[in-house]
Amino acid sequence: MVMHRFANPARFLRFAAVALPWFSAAAVLCMAAGLAFGLFVSPADYQQGETVRIMYVHVPSAWMAMFAYTVVAGGSISALVWKHPLGEIVARAAAPIGTGFTLVCLVTGALWGKPMWGAWWVWDARLTSVLVLFFLYLGYMALLGAFDDPVRGGRAASILAIVGLVNVPIIKWSVDWWNTLHQPASVARMDGPAIHSSMLVPLLLMAAGFACYFAAVLLLRVRAEVAARRIRTLRLAAMEAES
Amino acid sequence: MTRKRRRLLVLVVALGLLGSATALMLAAFQDSLVFFYSPSDLQAKGAPGDRSFRLGGLVEASSVTRSADGRTIAFRVTDGAHAVPVTFRGILPDLFREGQGVVTEGRMRPDGTFEARDVLAKHDETYMPREVADALKKAGRWKEGEGLRPTAVPGPAAAGGGRS
Amino acid sequence: MIDRLAAFLAMGGHGGFVWGAYATAAIVLLAILAASLLRVQREERALQRLAEAGGRRGGRARGPAGPAA
Repeated sequence: MVMHRFANPARFLRFAAVALPWFSAAAVLCMAAGLAFGLFVSPADYQQGETVRIMYVHVPSAWMAMFAYTVVAGGSISALVWKHPLGEIVARAAAPIGTGFTLVCLVTGALWGKPMWGAWWVWDARLTSVLVLFFLYLGYMALLGAFDDPVRGGRAASILAIVGLVNVPIIKWSVDWWNTLHQPASVARMDGPAIHSSMLVPLLLMAAGFACYFAAVLLLRVRAEVAARRIRTLRLAAMEAES
Repeated sequence: MTRKRRRLLVLVVALGLLGSATALMLAAFQDSLVFFYSPSDLQAKGAPGDRSFRLGGLVEASSVTRSADGRTIAFRVTDGAHAVPVTFRGILPDLFREGQGVVTEGRMRPDGTFEARDVLAKHDETYMPREVADALKKAGRWKEGEGLRPTAVPGPAAAGGGRS
Repeated sequence: MIDRLAAFLAMGGHGGFVWGAYATAAIVLLAILAASLLRVQREERALQRLAEAGGRRGGRARGPAGPAA
């Protein structure tokens, strides 16, 4: 129920003003440390050699792509069910960031697949479901602007975002449910990570950096969204005053 | 409050239906969602006719032979239970070696040999430095192409000193 | 020294793939950050101008903080 306290945009802006510098600093620090460990300290892999370093940007962006989508869907649920004004604002603000993470995940995955697998792209269940995630983001953002009435656009986009939520567990477990070219999970496994600690450190540092980046940019975009809404209300009020 | 409750209820029911519908659909299309067949799948269901399909598994140890001109390569793809002979003419990915996972695409010849047009390397989810891999192999605790079994080995991190 | 730098940049012969991946991530993340900063600046300035204009007219200067939709 803590989230309810921040559901009020004015209160959220006060929280954002305090949190933004911290998230920004943490993002810069974690990413700098992650790059230093990922490029210089961590060793080459026993079978993939230096190419394994692509993992340090590919895997965190994949995690954040799924996390950001969950934020979009969560915001949409709170907007549809409880009519929280902040729910839709957060969902709208998170979508472009998540699209960016998905794009990074797809491109770096192709750049990793070509030298290691021998193919830029294959239509296996993991790669296909991540491509579906990318299209869900694009569809969500297209629907937001597809109606003259922003309320209707917001509602249609929210419904799409919630429906698309089923894709998130499919992405996560696609590598376990079906034969895929993509290897199964290395970190989030029942029996502990299958990554040597010297490679796990840069991976987790980059993941923390990407998460803080997401939080910081999300706060920025929420601020912009709240300002845009106030502008709309002020214009409406001014028009009413004149008529 | 009741309207919010009703909206929440509608949403939960809708999501439940959507989830079960998706699960049913995915279960129904199970076969076409599979990227490759294993040798055991072929044994059980037979090759899908003259159609091109993918066969995946591990390159069987000491099964790789090259033709005199070195361009045609023959090996066996195994999943432990069954093995299928494969021939391939072309450039292999860097990761191709005995014990390594591969996914090959091609047709089954009438003589039971799989004629591959394309060979992709499939690597597993273990990542570790060369020295750790060598040390684990030397100690006989791990074989390449085989996942680490934490029941026997307390994770690769333990071998390198300390799990983070 | 130069040799070690060259070896580092070569990334075991797959330098194009590794550096391409890092460059993609950097470009996309920085582009989103820049676009978001510009948008915040634009919207908050516009809001300020509008609020000042409203204030001069002596009308309701403060935008309601609650539900805007």
